[in-house]
Amino acid sequence: MALSSAALSSAFEYAPAPESRSVVDIAPSYGLFIDGEFTEAADGKVFKTVSPSTEEVLSEVARAGTADVDRAVQAARKAFAKWSALPGSERAKYLFRIARIIQERSRELAVLETLDNGKPIKETRDADLPLVAAHFFYYAGWADKLDHAGFGRRTADGHSGANPRPLGVAGQVIPWNFPLLMLAWKIAPALATGNTVVLKPAETTPLSALFFADICRQAGLPKGVVNILPGYGDAGAALVGHPDVDKVAFTGSTAVGKAIARSVAGTEKKVTLELGGKGANIVFDDAPIDQAVEGIVTGIFFNQGQVCCAGSRLLVQESVQEEVLDALKRRLSTLRLGDPLDKNTDIGAINSAEQLARIQKLADTGEAEGAERWSPACELPTSGYWFAPTLFTGVTQAHTVARDEIFGPVLSVLSFRTPDEAVAKANNTQYGLSAGIWTEKGSRILAVANKLRAGVVWANTFNKFDPTSPFGGYKESGYGREGGRHGLEAYLAPSSPEGKR
Amino acid sequence: MPTTAPSPGTPGEGPASRPGDAPSAGGLADVTASDSALRRFLHGLPGVDAVGLEARAAALGTRSIKTTAKAYAIDLAISMIDLTTLEGADTPGKVRALAAKAVHPDPTDRTAPMTAAVCVYPDMAATAKAALNGADVKVASVATAFPAGRAALPVKLADVRDAVAAGADEIDMVIDRGAFLSGRYLSVFDEIQAVKAECVRPGGTAARLKVIFETGELSTYDNIRRASWIGMMAGADFIKTSTGKVAVNATPANTLLMLEAVRDFRAQTGIQVGVKPAGGIRSTKDAIKFLVLVNETAGADWLDSHWFRFGASSLLNDLLMQRQKLSTGRYSGPDYVTVD
Repeated sequence: MALSSAALSSAFEYAPAPESRSVVDIAPSYGLFIDGEFTEAADGKVFKTVSPSTEEVLSEVARAGTADVDRAVQAARKAFAKWSALPGSERAKYLFRIARIIQERSRELAVLETLDNGKPIKETRDADLPLVAAHFFYYAGWADKLDHAGFGRRTADGHSGANPRPLGVAGQVIPWNFPLLMLAWKIAPALATGNTVVLKPAETTPLSALFFADICRQAGLPKGVVNILPGYGDAGAALVGHPDVDKVAFTGSTAVGKAIARSVAGTEKKVTLELGGKGANIVFDDAPIDQAVEGIVTGIFFNQGQVCCAGSRLLVQESVQEEVLDALKRRLSTLRLGDPLDKNTDIGAINSAEQLARIQKLADTGEAEGAERWSPACELPTSGYWFAPTLFTGVTQAHTVARDEIFGPVLSVLSFRTPDEAVAKANNTQYGLSAGIWTEKGSRILAVANKLRAGVVWANTFNKFDPTSPFGGYKESGYGREGGRHGLEAYLAPSSPEGKR
Repeated sequence: MPTTAPSPGTPGEGPASRPGDAPSAGGLADVTASDSALRRFLHGLPGVDAVGLEARAAALGTRSIKTTAKAYAIDLAISMIDLTTLEGADTPGKVRALAAKAVHPDPTDRTAPMTAAVCVYPDMAATAKAALNGADVKVASVATAFPAGRAALPVKLADVRDAVAAGADEIDMVIDRGAFLSGRYLSVFDEIQAVKAECVRPGGTAARLKVIFETGELSTYDNIRRASWIGMMAGADFIKTSTGKVAVNATPANTLLMLEAVRDFRAQTGIQVGVKPAGGIRSTKDAIKFLVLVNETAGADWLDSHWFRFGASSLLNDLLMQRQKLSTGRYSGPDYVTVD
């Protein structure tokens, strides 16, 4: 007899498919990585890092203080002389070696990142790690071609591009949402251009950076070229403020970015800031609706919405609003939330209790201000930090959820009537990092993209990254660009005839 | 063939003068009032972004189906197969062997479910019907000058009539791709309706109609979506990707797209239409990926042989070998399944 689906429909449940934790060996404790050695903090302080999906303590990590920052900067300064004097092709060899080791160890690093960050293995394995390796490969390729990047010495007839020089010691502070990827964005161009690095990973996600320190040793990178200082905001502030740091690179919140800008003002330090965002994802009535729905999901639920360039404001043309919302709600009902190590999982855990509280508070504000809140039926695990994918409809520009960056899986839906209105609303934000356009009409893509004040504009896709493509913001989303040829500029000396350093 | 002269700019005019315009629910009868109205409607459907569609289909291909879910999926897939022989060299003996296999796919394990149907050329429909001897396996017959469909309409209709008279439970028709590609959508629509009318048996019951688009020849995803809507509006019980006779047949992406179409059509009209990918699906792994597409796109309502079919023949043996592996714990080999 043919099977009856009524009897068996409940049998088509996907089997759990968790990645094995045994591929990664997490030590009970880790030190700071200074001058090629793991070492305790000068004041002996440590902190615990937990897995957001289970609240399990993964390891105890040394907490850097001011004295450690000083030690690390001195080590980087000392290493700078030799490192910057190497021919570009020699530096490239190290970078290529690091890139290959990352590829070889990518499964281990993906599992580690998922454990420490809470994001689904699907994303660490298929997005983060391939991009991490790609960034090192890409900037390894630039290391011996800096003469041709166009950022070197200025001559009478403009940039000659010849003999570009590194800045010195780069102090880099990265966030917890893409711990290893942000490390790659910072370290790869810095090393390619001949700078040395002191990097502070976020306090909730220090582990992959410490594994990277091990990779540097495995690659035989000279001591002191890369130093890793796990720690809190005080260590970050000490690093940014250290007088012997020549370049500051920060990715994180706008509030901290402003503090950094204030602290380096008046110094000769070069700064790049990659800060918050409130990206507009604009769906026109002639959009490929099914793919737009996928793009909306990718835009806001990728990495639980903890993405600075998330498409957290959906601007949908009123004539298709109902259709798009119906399709979106139907699609959200198929999202799978749960164990981040399971390859079927679409939505993992929120990175920390603090972040969860912040998301909850902003969502409550949205409700209090009269926006309509909707989530699919969704069972949340009992331990760990979880937030169900959430939609706010009936949102206007005046609502908090349309203006403040939530940094969580919360989408605010607004509507518009004409392309001009879409552009006006999309630009009506203090941020300007990303935007998306969904339309079948090529001319409209070009016309609208030209008017959007955002560093990245995606057309008929969202949240796609590539090392060759510069990334950065307008307005309070920061300044400077990372990635691509432009990403080299921030690590090369300003073009004066003789140069000061 | 009754064709209405195009009446530009008057959507909504004259639907009543076209009796038999199948689903009138959702106001869709209006759009088949004229060629231009139908064109406007079809070109007003949301476009398809090829990159996004293929990415989604690929992403759904990574779901993990193991143990209980796999056993269920394998049996479900077997029960959805239209076991097919469409060769110029088909003989009654070949068809009888195929029918026997459809009833008892695994001679070593009588718990294996029957396939949904055997699919043959019209001249073999009676042989197949007799060979099945009352078993609950349908006879599907590819009529309408399959696979090219290049014959005069009366010839196609006679083909269908023959197959139905010979006992076919299901008719697999090919659309006129030439008419579709030259923009004569109403002609495609009318032809499907005419075939649908021929599916009615003297007692008033009707063979179920599967409409084959030959997606590989329609070339673009936008065309596949438009063809899907023409088929559904004209009364197709199933929409089917392809004949299996061209270079590109069923793919995860074109099947995903057609599943979106049946989902949207039911939402708009309340009428449920089945989907049948055909050609090129050979492994259990592939079949399970298609079931995931069904589950996550159209929904569990379609996870049934009444609403989803695989047009495949070599797929069955792979499913049976995987089934044996699940029950015995080891792989058997091609000699442990039949070659028919």
